[in-house]
Amino acid sequence: MREDDEVPIETATLPLDAWHRAKGGRMVEFAGYWMPIQYEGIMAEHLWTRESAGLFDVSHMGQLSLSGDKVAEALETLVPGDISALKPGRMRYSLLLDEDGGILDDLMITNEGDQYGIVVNGAVKWEDIGHLRENLPDDITLNHNEDYGLLALQGPKAVNALTRLVPEAASLVFMQAARVSWNGHVIALSRSGYTGEDGFEISLPNEALEAFADALCAMEEVKPIGLGARDSLRLEAGLPLYGHDLTPAIDPAEADLGFAVSKRRREEENFPGAARILGHLEEGPPRKRVGLTIDGKLPVREGAKLFDGEDEIGVVTSGGFAPSVGAPIAMGYVPRDHAVPGTAIAAEVRGKLVHCTVTAMPFVPHRYVRKTGG
Amino acid sequence: MPRYFTEEHEWIDVDGDVATVGITDFAQGQLGDIVFVEVPDTGAELTQGGDAAVVESVKAASDVYAPVDGTVTEGNGQLEEDPALVNSDPEGEGWFFRMTLGDKSQLDGLMDAAAYKAFCDAL
Repeated sequence: MREDDEVPIETATLPLDAWHRAKGGRMVEFAGYWMPIQYEGIMAEHLWTRESAGLFDVSHMGQLSLSGDKVAEALETLVPGDISALKPGRMRYSLLLDEDGGILDDLMITNEGDQYGIVVNGAVKWEDIGHLRENLPDDITLNHNEDYGLLALQGPKAVNALTRLVPEAASLVFMQAARVSWNGHVIALSRSGYTGEDGFEISLPNEALEAFADALCAMEEVKPIGLGARDSLRLEAGLPLYGHDLTPAIDPAEADLGFAVSKRRREEENFPGAARILGHLEEGPPRKRVGLTIDGKLPVREGAKLFDGEDEIGVVTSGGFAPSVGAPIAMGYVPRDHAVPGTAIAAEVRGKLVHCTVTAMPFVPHRYVRKTGG
Repeated sequence: MPRYFTEEHEWIDVDGDVATVGITDFAQGQLGDIVFVEVPDTGAELTQGGDAAVVESVKAASDVYAPVDGTVTEGNGQLEEDPALVNSDPEGEGWFFRMTLGDKSQLDGLMDAAAYKAFCDAL
């Protein structure tokens, strides 16, 4: 298609669009979709998820699957993780890198036994699909499973609620996945999420989404939760958001995601941008993603400049009020020598300087379940 | 004490030559949980439609505009400690600031309660 033939892309609706509206969801445009930003209120929904269980519709995310010969080896040409070592039923957080080591997206890769499942961010899924198709061998089949939705059930009571529908849920630990059946539908379950809480992501056919969401929300532990609380929960958990805290200008060492560069891959030095990334991991990157606690109550948001005295040293990439902390928090990039926890700096908000302190993340401890029992 | 409303969802209560300003119940409902309010300093000169205060919800910062010209005589200090007053009592305890009226004729261009309700219903 020629560029001048392009027409404005219409905002798409999720399979659960009517369900969200019926539940009182306030719909906003996000990643090309109408999505619920909140139902009863961001603060209440955030706190509910931390103490009970919240149901998130993340069907805007791209659900891809790769099958064929040597898929793991092929994927390793594009990401820095040890995908070959990923056993069936296991998943791993990874990064899609450009040739300079810049981050094109962050994603979850699952060995589903007969294929690899990949979940990518909604806002860049079409670019990701293009990048994968262009760079993977032709004999690897790439499917975009648009007929599947994705729900996340997060919070300490998620396991109690989900087990009533899918008993197998309780046997999984963090970053394990299984294919199970519910009411005659095949659903893909994983114990994972992006809130810092225990929880699950559930991929299921679009036609089963509403009944499944209704069955969960009929339970006293479960309420639907919007995008607003999803953002404040992941910020407290210290988890970066693509397009904000991660961009193609940033590499994994700068993003403090060195754990996603596996030991074997470091030794083999054979992932995109290996020279830059390994140099940064060894000597320390010139700048680094850090957490910031904020003095006072004024929220410091994305785009706020960071200062050491008169010198502008960096920028805030995510920030806002943290309901579980009860204060504003932020994350951003500062030079390596300012990245030590305890370093005092300042953020500029509407011409005023606000004192901040570099701090280790997460802001709220993760509560992942790493072994089953009891 | 007549109360007027703006299309930007501020209310202004007029008592002689002074007035009290806040944001409407409709506005606080749209903003959601309010976590910070920045009120203008006493003595600040305001211009109708110009920035007067900032209200921050969990999600975003929003400007509050001066409904008329005038000089700030008092900011609501209680909002510093308890910004959620704007959610719980937006058209009472959750007022933002008091001001003098620089040009009373500007009030004629604002809405009364009935007109404001119709305005919101049409949104």
